[in-house]
Amino acid sequence: MGKRVVVVGGGVGGTIVANHLARKLGRELELGDLEITMISPDAQHFYQPGLLYVMFDLTRPEELSRSQASLLEPGIRLVQDWADHIDKDKGEVRTRAGQTFPYDFLLLATGSRPSPQLIPGLAEGGHLFYTLDGALKLREALFNFQGGKVVVTVGVPHKCPVAPLEVTFMLDAWFRQRGLRDKVELTYTYPIGRLHALEPVANWAVPQFAARDIHGETFFNLKEVDAKARQLTSIEGTTLPYDLLISVPPHQGAQVIIDSGVGDKGGWVPTGKHTLLMEGTDNVFVVGDTTNLPISKAGSTAHFEADVIADNLASRLQGYPGGRSYDGKVFCFVETGLEQATYVWFNFETPPNPVPPSQAIHWFKLAYNKAYWLTPKGVL
Amino acid sequence: MAEGEAKVIDARGSYCPGPLMELIRAIQTEPVGTVLEVLSSDRASSNDIPEWVKKVGQEYLETVAEDGYWRVRVRRVK
Ligand SMILES: Cc1cc2nc3c(=O)[nH]c(=O)nc-3n(C[C@H](O)[C@H](O)[C@H](O)COP(=O)(O)OP(=O)(O)OC[C@H]3O[C@@H](n4cnc5c(N)ncnc54)[C@H](O)[C@@H]3O)c2cc1C
Repeated sequence: MGKRVVVVGGGVGGTIVANHLARKLGRELELGDLEITMISPDAQHFYQPGLLYVMFDLTRPEELSRSQASLLEPGIRLVQDWADHIDKDKGEVRTRAGQTFPYDFLLLATGSRPSPQLIPGLAEGGHLFYTLDGALKLREALFNFQGGKVVVTVGVPHKCPVAPLEVTFMLDAWFRQRGLRDKVELTYTYPIGRLHALEPVANWAVPQFAARDIHGETFFNLKEVDAKARQLTSIEGTTLPYDLLISVPPHQGAQVIIDSGVGDKGGWVPTGKHTLLMEGTDNVFVVGDTTNLPISKAGSTAHFEADVIADNLASRLQGYPGGRSYDGKVFCFVETGLEQATYVWFNFETPPNPVPPSQAIHWFKLAYNKAYWLTPKGVL
Repeated sequence: MAEGEAKVIDARGSYCPGPLMELIRAIQTEPVGTVLEVLSSDRASSNDIPEWVKKVGQEYLETVAEDGYWRVRVRRVK
């Protein structure tokens, strides 16, 4: 029997690894010496960063998805189902429909999910743009909004660390465009003592906030939302009134990670920072948002990690040791309005150093939004 | 929980989200009484972690300088 690789989760990380592997070991796949099975519930692959534009109706949701099957190399078997149980001792994954998939190597790529239910009142009192459903509701609320107090809150942990800042700049620009800015009080809150985790980005944001009359409230970790009184309270003891609450809720790992006991209390899988192997195992790789690594949960992180995993996995499947090591690389575009952007990159050793924002970088990001489909295919 | 059984949060090399954010994430899921030790390669952690910990009424214990990093110890008391 051939070697069996099971990939759980068909997002950015899982899809890149599966495709790279299928290309690297195309012959083995053809001969039946290798089986690659991807278990993922979604028939459509969704480009999440596009949600930032959906809320302003600058992109239609239909433009953000493609069929998952169309993104996979021939020979990869797609099982459209939820993984229900991961048994690393037996070396198998069970699905909701009751199928069992034994593996020689497993890739955990189930991502992260916003969990507004972790904060009392948040689901009832706040909007979010991190899910399609949330972004569509927020779009409606924004287009009906006539003015008042808009507050952006940020939960810990969350994916895409720059999105809260981006959405704030975009809200400012959008309200100006609609001639509403003088009727809007815009407040951005952040969990730590500066405006962003990345120090240079935080420093850069200070004069930008002043110039745009955006109020920054630091050391603000949302404790509860009183939806009736429209009031927020932080664990630091600050209260803020609001008319429109836009939250990035705290995130958790996938339910299957929690239920199978392979994660920590938040559902994140303990992972070797250079090997990307689940701690205590030699055949379970972990990619992207799923890990417990203290690095940004971002598509780019998943992408850089996926390259390392695919290479090492291809080697391991051929009986070699697998020599690549992950250096912690993360790259992020940062939209600084509706027409300008900058970018940052960093790794475990190199601190971030953003370049001055420009229109060209904004166009590059827009172009990447269209070219994204080459990423899961493992081309770009 | 005995001092020896501190929950270690290795945030060395973390520029984003960074050591304080890693502590905020972890402290919420640990029971009252837990000692958390944040390992940080960022000198600023020895200021911003105690500052936040005091703000939210948790207990800051100490910062120990190790070889090339800092070990910031905190106890969840409520
Ligand atoms: C609004 C927004 C803006 C963003 N902007 C950026 C950006 O500009 N740049 C950037 O780099 N990143 C950005 N991101 C973050 C990026 O989308 C994620 O970090 C990235 O998708 C993580 O990849 P992943 O493969 O780890 O997880 P995902 O891509 O989320 O994939 C996880 C997959 O696992 C599946 N799954 C879950 N549970 C199960 C189960 N039980 N069984 C089987 N499958 C399961 C899911 O259905 C999904 O297909 C943004 C995200 C949002 C929401």
